Amino acid sequence: MADTGKKNARILVFSTEKISDPAIDMAGLLKLHYPPTVYAISIPCSSGVKPKWILHAFEKGFDGVFIAADGSDCPYGESCTEKTGKIVSSTHELMKQKNIEPARLRMAAICSVCSEAFVRQMKSFNENLLKMQGI
Amino acid sequence: MNKKLGVYICHCGGNISDYVDVEKVRLSVENEEGVFIAKTTMFACGDSNQKEMVEDIKNNHLDGVVVASCSPKLHLLTFRAVTERGELNKYNYIHANIREQASWAHSDDKARATEKAIHIVKAAIAKVRYAESLVPIKIKSIKSVAVIGGGVAGMKAAIELSNLGCQVYIIEREYFVGGRVSQWDALFTTNETGKELVTRLYNDLVKRRNITIYTSTEVISCSGNIGDFKLKIKTTPRYIKEKCNLGELQNAIDACPVEVPDDFNFHITSRKAIYHNFPGEYPQSPVIDIKNCTRCGACEKICENVDFSQKEEITDINVGSVLMATGFDPYTPADGEFGYNSFDNVVTLPQFKRMIDLSDEKLTFKGREIKNIAYIYCVGSRQVEGENKYCSRYCCTSAIHAAINAKKKFRNIYNFHFTRGIRTYGKQEVLYDESSRMGDIYLQSYENDPPVVTGMNDKTVVRINDILTGKREMEVEADLVVLITGMVPRKDNSVGSLFKLPKGRDRFFNEIHMKLRPVETVIDGITISGACQGPKNIMEAVNSALSAATKSYSYVSKGELELEPIIARIDKNLCTWCNACSQACPFDAVKMEEDKTKVFAVINSSVCKGCGMCLPVCPTDAINLIAYSNSEIESMIDALA
Repeated sequence: MADTGKKNARILVFSTEKISDPAIDMAGLLKLHYPPTVYAISIPCSSGVKPKWILHAFEKGFDGVFIAADGSDCPYGESCTEKTGKIVSSTHELMKQKNIEPARLRMAAICSVCSEAFVRQMKSFNENLLKMQGI
Repeated sequence: MNKKLGVYICHCGGNISDYVDVEKVRLSVENEEGVFIAKTTMFACGDSNQKEMVEDIKNNHLDGVVVASCSPKLHLLTFRAVTERGELNKYNYIHANIREQASWAHSDDKARATEKAIHIVKAAIAKVRYAESLVPIKIKSIKSVAVIGGGVAGMKAAIELSNLGCQVYIIEREYFVGGRVSQWDALFTTNETGKELVTRLYNDLVKRRNITIYTSTEVISCSGNIGDFKLKIKTTPRYIKEKCNLGELQNAIDACPVEVPDDFNFHITSRKAIYHNFPGEYPQSPVIDIKNCTRCGACEKICENVDFSQKEEITDINVGSVLMATGFDPYTPADGEFGYNSFDNVVTLPQFKRMIDLSDEKLTFKGREIKNIAYIYCVGSRQVEGENKYCSRYCCTSAIHAAINAKKKFRNIYNFHFTRGIRTYGKQEVLYDESSRMGDIYLQSYENDPPVVTGMNDKTVVRINDILTGKREMEVEADLVVLITGMVPRKDNSVGSLFKLPKGRDRFFNEIHMKLRPVETVIDGITISGACQGPKNIMEAVNSALSAATKSYSYVSKGELELEPIIARIDKNLCTWCNACSQACPFDAVKMEEDKTKVFAVINSSVCKGCGMCLPVCPTDAINLIAYSNSEIESMIDALA
């Protein structure tokens, strides 16, 4: 059983409908537990995330934002990884300007069967975010 | 924005409500802006609830609907259809996933699972406030299907698709069609042999003009989407000319000096490097196993049909749907598991079935006549500590059937079954009855006290604490121990990875839902059938193949498919035509236009795929994706924060 009193970081996940959503769903199906303060918003492709959405999430109190990138599995083409990487880089710059620690935005490729990888990412990201907060 | 909304929160039996307090969720959202109806329901997908929703939408003139239940992969379409039946455009429906992403994912923390569910439903409500009525986009769908695997499931699926008027490509990795069934002798219930069944199906296939069979062929790449998959397939040569003299070939086979373990007989015999599995196998041309061939030239000297100049062939095919029928592997016991590879008279069920087929008059193994046979059940299935927790379903019946056949074919056979409870479900119970009447002895143990195989003075003894006789210790001196091995996923399942097919807990390919969306996968346009989805007997495999064929046909039958009208939209007033969106678009969907006042970008709606790659590159934030606008995403973030 989970330690119900344990503090967890609030993490917003931008997840893609065809690729990472099935992985996140399968993590639930397999009862692979991860922090319950992880919330996912589905989008068609990870290279379509606007930096202003990420900044909005930080303004609203999210501790971290995770982009579950399509990587080489992207049904829309090979340029997805590079484009998603550019979004992360440009958002990191914007975060620095606003004195937001860039490490609070993380991106990793999550394929349609990468349930365990997703759970690992959420747990380690949660721990890193808590460390940043001195918890 | 002043929408009248209906919100339904599902118990999913107890799948959700065992971990999420659904009433608390309802109370938390019922006073949200615009919410007119907030209800909980035992099964949102049930007929009675669907009817109630339709009435609610019609009677209350609802403008938006949210159902909080399972993954949208399961029921998004169900509730969109409900919304349409309520005479509301289906894009005014938003799905909230509080099962896979709340109750199941956080079943270890009910309070926080409930808190998360509340946020998820509020986010869906926030989104539905901005939802708008849309018209689906239509695309062409190619009326052809690729069937991956030429076993019985694949062949039956191909025949069904052919009957429906579809172009079918069967792609079989092995040199011969028929899969596992060609390895079996008489089948229950008909006594038709596996070879006869395969022959019957093959003869049906080859007379059909709309079926193309590729053997020794693998898919090496796949691109495209539902309605238009582009497959690249590689065919390995047989090194035998297409039209050849079979008499000469037999001489060439006899002359081949190479001997390797025969996979067809599960390594209880050997074969040559030039071989066929049995006379008359399909296709009827033998093959040279080039990996084991030493190129000694002995066959070439005898037979002019041997042709080492043949090369690999790459072929491109274009299909609207892909049907997977790649089958299973039998479980291989670990060394020492019930004496496997420790005692030379311990074999697996598939090996035993081949032994029955290959032996005449006397059942012999390694030169010794077999009389006492001990069958140990559930080897590699229902494992307490191993990976295979599942029941392989077919093995109890198959073992009893093989035991009966052995007794009928050979004299003085005594069968002793060491079981964990017999599961000959349905009509297969007849076999259990027949074997009992024939004098077979059934013993049973629990999973924590399995039978033990020991060697004693050149004898192999199987010992059990039999729960059917009050845990009396019983032992059998066995001439042969048959391990009743179950089904496991194919060792080489790389074709599944190629199509990005997810696997379930048992490592077989995963269908979306065993009852609600069987044979469908989360990869649109790809269906699964037979034992690649999970253990099945032949009848069950064929039933699932017919189901998958029907589903695949539904993707291609109309020649067109409806796609989501989710495309980019440009605010002309904000656009300054910097060209960034045009450069970012992988589909060339953005064009420049000019009017009297300015130059601006426009979206070609028939080309735009709705990926959103143009959104983040726009310096003036002039582009939004329908259903994923700034307002929608930011309001969802507000609700989740």
